[in-house]
Amino acid sequence: MRDTPGAQAPDMLAWTCPAPLRDQPRVVMGHGGGGALSAELVEHVFAPAFGGPALSVTTDAATVELGGARLAFSTDSFVVRPLFFPGGSIGDLAVNGTVNDLAMSGARAAYLSCGFILEEGVETDVVTRVAQALGAAARAAGVQVATGDTKVVEAGHGDGIYINTSGIGLIPPGVDLRPQRVVPGDVVIVSGPVGVHGVAIMSVREGLEFGVEIESDCAALGGLVEAMLAVTPDLHVLRDPTRGGLAASLNEIAAASGTGIVVQERAVPVPAPVANACAVLGLDPMYVANEGKLVAFVPRAQADAVLAAMRAHPLGAGAAVIGEAVEAHPGMVVARTGLGGTRVVDMPLGEQLPRIC
Amino acid sequence: MKYIDEFQDPELARRLLDEIRATVTRPWALMEVCGGQTHTIIRHGIDQLLPPEVELIHGPGCPVCVTPLEVIDKALEIASRPGVIFCSFGDMLRVPGTDRDLFQVRGQGGDVRVVYSPLDALRIAEQNPDREVVFFGIGFETTAPPNAMTVHQARKLGIRNFSLLVSHVRVPPAIEAIMRSPDCRVQGFLAAGHVCSVMGTAEYPELAARHRVPIVVTGFEPLDILEGVRRTVLQLERGEHTVDNAYPRAVLPGGNPAARAMLDDVFEVTDRAWRGIGVIPDSGWRLSERYREHDAEHRFSVEGIDTREPAECRSGEVLQGLLKPHECEAFGTTCTPRSPLGATMVSSEGACAAYYLYRRLDLGTPSPKSPAADSAALEGSSVV
Repeated sequence: MRDTPGAQAPDMLAWTCPAPLRDQPRVVMGHGGGGALSAELVEHVFAPAFGGPALSVTTDAATVELGGARLAFSTDSFVVRPLFFPGGSIGDLAVNGTVNDLAMSGARAAYLSCGFILEEGVETDVVTRVAQALGAAARAAGVQVATGDTKVVEAGHGDGIYINTSGIGLIPPGVDLRPQRVVPGDVVIVSGPVGVHGVAIMSVREGLEFGVEIESDCAALGGLVEAMLAVTPDLHVLRDPTRGGLAASLNEIAAASGTGIVVQERAVPVPAPVANACAVLGLDPMYVANEGKLVAFVPRAQADAVLAAMRAHPLGAGAAVIGEAVEAHPGMVVARTGLGGTRVVDMPLGEQLPRIC
Repeated sequence: MKYIDEFQDPELARRLLDEIRATVTRPWALMEVCGGQTHTIIRHGIDQLLPPEVELIHGPGCPVCVTPLEVIDKALEIASRPGVIFCSFGDMLRVPGTDRDLFQVRGQGGDVRVVYSPLDALRIAEQNPDREVVFFGIGFETTAPPNAMTVHQARKLGIRNFSLLVSHVRVPPAIEAIMRSPDCRVQGFLAAGHVCSVMGTAEYPELAARHRVPIVVTGFEPLDILEGVRRTVLQLERGEHTVDNAYPRAVLPGGNPAARAMLDDVFEVTDRAWRGIGVIPDSGWRLSERYREHDAEHRFSVEGIDTREPAECRSGEVLQGLLKPHECEAFGTTCTPRSPLGATMVSSEGACAAYYLYRRLDLGTPSPKSPAADSAALEGSSVV
């Protein structure tokens, strides 16, 4: 594919193959990695098939109007391995993931649906523990599970338990969070250390030990967002940098807003164990998944107050200003390195791969 | 993290840069041999900070890039077979063969697994006695010893369903080949620190003397690179050409004797093809006769593979330092990490990938249209 700067529509003429997904006659893992391959699947397969006025493909949740109310509506599926990990479980993720997608629209989640796909043979005790974790996470987030569904697939056709959750919540009046609202001069704030969840999962899934146990940062962010909105409803965009990490979220915002983004590399908080694990594996913490963090674009005049409100909240204690939106290099994210050089921070293609040496 | 931070200290970097600027009086072309060093240089913008007289040429030291297409195609063929579990380090999975990569083989039903150590592959073989387990053994002197040890262990434990698809390469013959090229502009080498941590420095004095080039063993953190450059430039300005070790915290003159003994036991030196460069005499290892039963090429018949390199890919010239990545016409247009023509664009250590990922802004390369801007509401699996 010939890459086209600033183009908003698929550049089909430049494609050399009429197949909808060039070079990919079958789905590969990267299509679920939250990077460019995932986006291509959405852009060329799902969005054209579903397309309608309510379909949102630039925010974590759709904004829909119903009976005069503005609702945020979102869905997410969870296929994490292992089912239990340091700092959480698939049950916590299934709640927090959807609650956070709604929170990124400024909405406090009200109701969740919850679909379980169970693999034949999984212990009922495990299902019970996951369900209890899910229930506890919902109570902690102040959201009710209102409906659900259960399916069982044959042994060998699943990973024990998959969960899908959908959620709805009310968007407060005056709140309008969209990447299109980002303007040059906006301050970029991250709510705390990045890369923790991804490294925590990797350490248990791959049997890697990094000297200290790293716990996932899995958490529901509705309360933190409320605290931020209490300072000013004029936040421009919020995004929870899950798969694809901070780099993917910043690239999505840069592309959708048409502004450039500059990040001060040394200002990005990365805990030492995460940095060390990434150094060993050849991964970049900016690309590693998070589950309880958000990145905010805030008008410069409100930045100090919003930062103070975030730091006063337990889930934002480690909040830091990491950069700004700029007029230069629209659609592109650039990092200033610790040594004073610059580099592009690219959209991840699929998943990061540990290097050979 | 403190340890890593110390080797990225901006103040120390500034002092080293000042010393280099004060030393240099004329243009010099240095080659960093290792792809890991290339990525450090580009990722941290070190080439932007050096005085214009110091040109860094990117060498052939990316294990993924130099693995010949024929071997990749053999890997794809073996990995596709029923009954085979094909194990590899992660960064080989996206490297294009003639018509597909290992990810696509997995998508088509092949049992391809990412491991973090060859010993993990051996464990998989132990747990699956009715399957054939193959580990993709590529890389330089750095990764060869653990692979050798794994074969040694397999033999010792009597694990017969484990084999290695070997494409190991050696650095000194590659330096020799680069210096013999009539187009060579390289005046000094930053030798690959990790390679020397295994092999020591004994292979280099003769090379340095014969070709009259300084060879400075260099590490991988930003300050390591700057110190390597400083010492190389100092030698060049003085008209010296010796071997110098700027990475003493990892490299001893004799290297790692245990690792070298393991290499000598399991492997034997052979001529080896380098992707994009061609066959370099004595530049590789293969399993010795004693271990032939663990050689995947011996165990699986993989003849008659139709290998076709993309005609427009110039990664061979990039690997030899004859061409900067962005000087290739395909760079950033028909060749991107999304649809790479060659391994230098897809490998995590490849020079083309480094330029594309980190340097597009300065090069005026088209910014990728980011379809990911539209991804969020229809996110798929949250694997992590």
